[in-house]
Amino acid sequence: MIRFLLERLLQAALLLLVVAFLAFVMFRFAGDPVAQMVSIDTTMEDRTALREALGLNDPLPTQFAQFVMRALHGDFGLSYQLGRPVAALLADRLPASIELSLIAFGLALLVGIPMGVYAGLKPESWLSRAFLIFSLAGISLPTFFIGIMLILIFGVELGAFPTFGRGDTVDLGWWTTGLLTPSGWHSIILPACTLGLFQMTFIMRLVRAEILEVMRSDYIKFARARGISKTRIHYGHALKNTLVPVMTIAGLQLGSIIAFGIVTESVFQWPGIGLLFIQAISTVDIPVMSAYLLLVALIFVSINLLVDLLYFLVDPRLRMSSK
Amino acid sequence: MTPEQRPNLFLRAYDSDAGYKFRRSPLTVLAGLILVLMIGAAMLAPWIAPFDPFDKASIDLFNALIPPAWQSGGDPAFLLGTDDQGRDLFSTILYGTRTSVFVGAISVALAVCAGVTFGLIAGYFGGLVDAVIMRIVDIQMTFPAIMVALLIDGVTRSFMTRDQHSEMAIVVIIIAMALSIWPQVARTVRASTMVEKSREYVLAAQVIGRGSGAILARHILPNVMGPVLVIATINLGVAILGEATLSFLGLGIPAGEPSLGTLIRIGNDFIFSGERWMLIYPGLTLALLVLSVNLLGDWLRDVLDPKLR
Amino acid sequence: MTLLSIQNLTVEYPGRKATFTAVRDVTLTLERGEILGLVGESGAGKSTIGTAIMGLLDRPGHVAGGRILLDGTDTTSIPDLLGARVSMIFQDPLTSLNPLYTVGQQLVETLRTHHRLTPPEARGKAVDLLDQVGIREPETRVDQYPHQFSGGMRQRVVIALALCSDPDLIIADEPTTALDVSVQAQILDLLCNLVKERGVGVILVTHDMGVIAQTADRVAVMYHGEVVEEGPTQQIIHAPRHAYTQSLLAAVPRGDRKLDRFPSLSYAPIGADVQTAPDLSLTSTWLRSKAPDVGTGASTKPLLSVKGLGIRFLTKNAILPRNRRYVDAVKGVTFDIARGEVLGLVGESGSGKSTVARMIAGIHPPDTGQILFDGQDIAARQGSHDRQALRRQIQMIFQDPFSSLNPRMRVRDIVAEPIHHNRLAGSGAETQKIVGDLLTIVGLGAAAGDRFPHEFSGGQRQRISIARALATRPRFLICDEPTSALDVSIQAQILNLLKDLRDALDLTVLFISHDLPVVRQMCDRVAVMQKGQICELSETERLFETPQNAYTQELIDLMPSLGPA
Repeated sequence: MIRFLLERLLQAALLLLVVAFLAFVMFRFAGDPVAQMVSIDTTMEDRTALREALGLNDPLPTQFAQFVMRALHGDFGLSYQLGRPVAALLADRLPASIELSLIAFGLALLVGIPMGVYAGLKPESWLSRAFLIFSLAGISLPTFFIGIMLILIFGVELGAFPTFGRGDTVDLGWWTTGLLTPSGWHSIILPACTLGLFQMTFIMRLVRAEILEVMRSDYIKFARARGISKTRIHYGHALKNTLVPVMTIAGLQLGSIIAFGIVTESVFQWPGIGLLFIQAISTVDIPVMSAYLLLVALIFVSINLLVDLLYFLVDPRLRMSSK
Repeated sequence: MTPEQRPNLFLRAYDSDAGYKFRRSPLTVLAGLILVLMIGAAMLAPWIAPFDPFDKASIDLFNALIPPAWQSGGDPAFLLGTDDQGRDLFSTILYGTRTSVFVGAISVALAVCAGVTFGLIAGYFGGLVDAVIMRIVDIQMTFPAIMVALLIDGVTRSFMTRDQHSEMAIVVIIIAMALSIWPQVARTVRASTMVEKSREYVLAAQVIGRGSGAILARHILPNVMGPVLVIATINLGVAILGEATLSFLGLGIPAGEPSLGTLIRIGNDFIFSGERWMLIYPGLTLALLVLSVNLLGDWLRDVLDPKLR
Repeated sequence: MTLLSIQNLTVEYPGRKATFTAVRDVTLTLERGEILGLVGESGAGKSTIGTAIMGLLDRPGHVAGGRILLDGTDTTSIPDLLGARVSMIFQDPLTSLNPLYTVGQQLVETLRTHHRLTPPEARGKAVDLLDQVGIREPETRVDQYPHQFSGGMRQRVVIALALCSDPDLIIADEPTTALDVSVQAQILDLLCNLVKERGVGVILVTHDMGVIAQTADRVAVMYHGEVVEEGPTQQIIHAPRHAYTQSLLAAVPRGDRKLDRFPSLSYAPIGADVQTAPDLSLTSTWLRSKAPDVGTGASTKPLLSVKGLGIRFLTKNAILPRNRRYVDAVKGVTFDIARGEVLGLVGESGSGKSTVARMIAGIHPPDTGQILFDGQDIAARQGSHDRQALRRQIQMIFQDPFSSLNPRMRVRDIVAEPIHHNRLAGSGAETQKIVGDLLTIVGLGAAAGDRFPHEFSGGQRQRISIARALATRPRFLICDEPTSALDVSIQAQILNLLKDLRDALDLTVLFISHDLPVVRQMCDRVAVMQKGQICELSETERLFETPQNAYTQELIDLMPSLGPA
């Protein structure tokens, strides 16, 4: 078990290093860092000095090592556009994104799994067919269009929900949350539904397919032949055996939550890191882009490690083989 | 044995299981019809569109923001109304669909070529080649399509001028979408290849003395194309959505050229002022297009993978 | 009172174009403590009867006529039928247990479904049951997961699970087909004893006449959905009345003495595979014309000689070489095969016999040892032109007729591929002529070339495989379990064809099988493999009559037989 974890950690570190290298290449070669930091009337000498001071004349491996060291300390330099430290910018924006993603993902799981289980256990019922058509619509409608339509219907026409921003927030010192104020909750509903809808339909389809597959297996047939009750078979056997593959994919899906988070934040002007990233791209703000890249990779790697750990809790075959 | 009558291809297709499942599902038939109609109209856009949105001479700002023909103030010349620059919405939607389908199809084709090649190699040879290819695939899969596209877009922006970037926009989107789709194809092909290569018909070809290339091309490739077709169809939808999303975010196709995404982006600016047709019709077109593609993808999966009913 | 009474049962599967009748008008009875064997070839409808009794028919299959009575009550009106009154044992113990629960959890769950038991009581009973089905240390084993049990042990667990509710009737559907012979005998013994002790009625569904002979009290023989003959086991086996039963029994290879050919009593009243008779006269034309590269014909040297052959497989990969784990799949295997000889290679699953075949065929390069063909080392001539000429003379026939032909190629192209590859024909027209001849030789007729493999039955596909193997004009043929996936009557036809071809073409053959009776009928000499090594090699008759090795002795003792003739 420890060996397995170490192996996974090593892989994760390797992945992060590769991403760091990408970020570094971008940082170093896409655009001239000096040109961004100086004004037009800086002299050639000053520029050369700055070059030297920034270490841009060092051999590349040294520069990369320094880049990694600085990144480890959370130093990604200054944003070209906003002139503030990138790390502070990200820290400011992170809570908004995390709250939105978690609520959307929770929504997707809470609704998507029961729908999938139902559609898998009763594939012939009309409700299952309705779910299936609904899910097809869910994966066919682009996230941004769903967002816009929600704004149009609930924001503009009905005026029931705010159409942009986070509402009032409470500063807890290390975290600014919108979840402690009524207007915060009010504001998060539309973006969370927008972001959650795709995930929900995706998870529903996945769970349905897995349940259908498990229900065809010999051990389910044998359990039925032994007279085990339907409820036990459905929720004890089928559901538990479905969990392993569902967990994997659901873990991977978090990547797409981050990606579609960008779209959702952009539609709702939600002040998260996704919006920051979009703005950074359109203004070619390289430090922000590369820091965002690293942050996303870190989040992703951590989640995957967590999913791997969960495996051990569910699947005895893994627990045994790696003891 | 009497020489049997081979019915023609159409009859055989009609009578096959696939044809049967197609006929039995009215939704799939409808989706197929809509898709044929939409793609046909999009391809023929230069000939059937009433106006040419690229022709600055035919655009008149006086015609701006005319509502659809059946609403009050509508003009029968502009069936779905006009946009803020006076362009006929119906024509721009036709041209926009053309761009979207074009971008989607090319990027999926590229992704399938790359994915099939690398998947076959990884699955058949295994070992170090496999490890390297799959590691790259894993890393690529870590980053969802839209993020890969955004990053490529961001990087190209940093060393291109704005005009260059606009010219390159379609290429960038195609490359970005292809890059984000190929890992999925490669994974599927690799998994199928690993199953197929241990099948005895492949061993038989080895015993005959066939080389790896011949075995891959003649024996394994035809047998792994089924799942590839399903993935390609589903990802055609993904690619069209991806292009639309990027264009909507203002990072893809420049706003001057119609694509469904840019049209929705323009429409979105008028969401609070009431000219909703500019948002709704491009949006519905996009949704209908992708929905039809996905319905066909589902049907293909049913037919080619009977295990997943 | 009769335990089970099936009256005029008909089961139908409505299809898109036609309704398939899987079981037609079947009437059977079963008493307590009795084992009724239900035997027949694939598609005979024997498994369908089992699932129909349980009421577990897959949709859209349904009972279209007749009824099933358990203790005089219609099964459809018994609420606690499943598990409580009737239990079932499936074929594959690897997939019948839920991998995520311990054996104990699955037993306790079943016990508590049927009896009022507290969890500790149920656990105690679970341990008892495991003990009864012959699992040692049941106290510790009860908390283990299915993957920690071997195949035979799992099947014991499955039996324990089936016994949980003290059922009146157990339906065992091919309960030993997935197991090795040595395990099969133990499981059958266990089943027999439990049945007699507890007075349970058993319906034993199987395709294997040997299993029936050992276990069943009465036998019902099924053919195309109908019971063609029913009676006491001894009568059915030794004095079958129906022509189909006679042909079926005649086709079962005998383990007790060698016959010249398999008696070919064909019985095909209803649309079975009808094929043209193999026309061996054609072998005198193309197949006989030896290519110039073929060496001296009559030498006393062995044609194939294997020395110290060994191969290791990686079982656990790791970055550091010292952490990698290997298993010796084959170790120090040495044997010779004389020209025109048939050497049998037998052993249980995992003994390495197929791996030896694959090394000789050039699919796996061996790690150690030499393979000399006609005095030349095959492995040493990697990639050279000579090597291809050597390799051309060694061909192979595989086990699974459903995966050994490329489903996307026409039969004509499948058979032509080796001819093209080795440039054995001057023109396309000549190739087509040869392909047609080959298909005629194996009894399919030249017209078969236009079709795709899925249009053929298992036996016919195996004929296509043989045609492909002959297409390089080989001198040496490796047969890797060529008939183990086939029904016994088809097996007899294919084995006869192989014998005829060997005689007509002077082929030298390596014949691999786990089925000792088949080996006795086919081979001149036999090598027995166990755990990657050869433990005994001698003349066939001597090996079967006076085996020297203990393991060989055990295998021969376990050989299923139909009893004294």
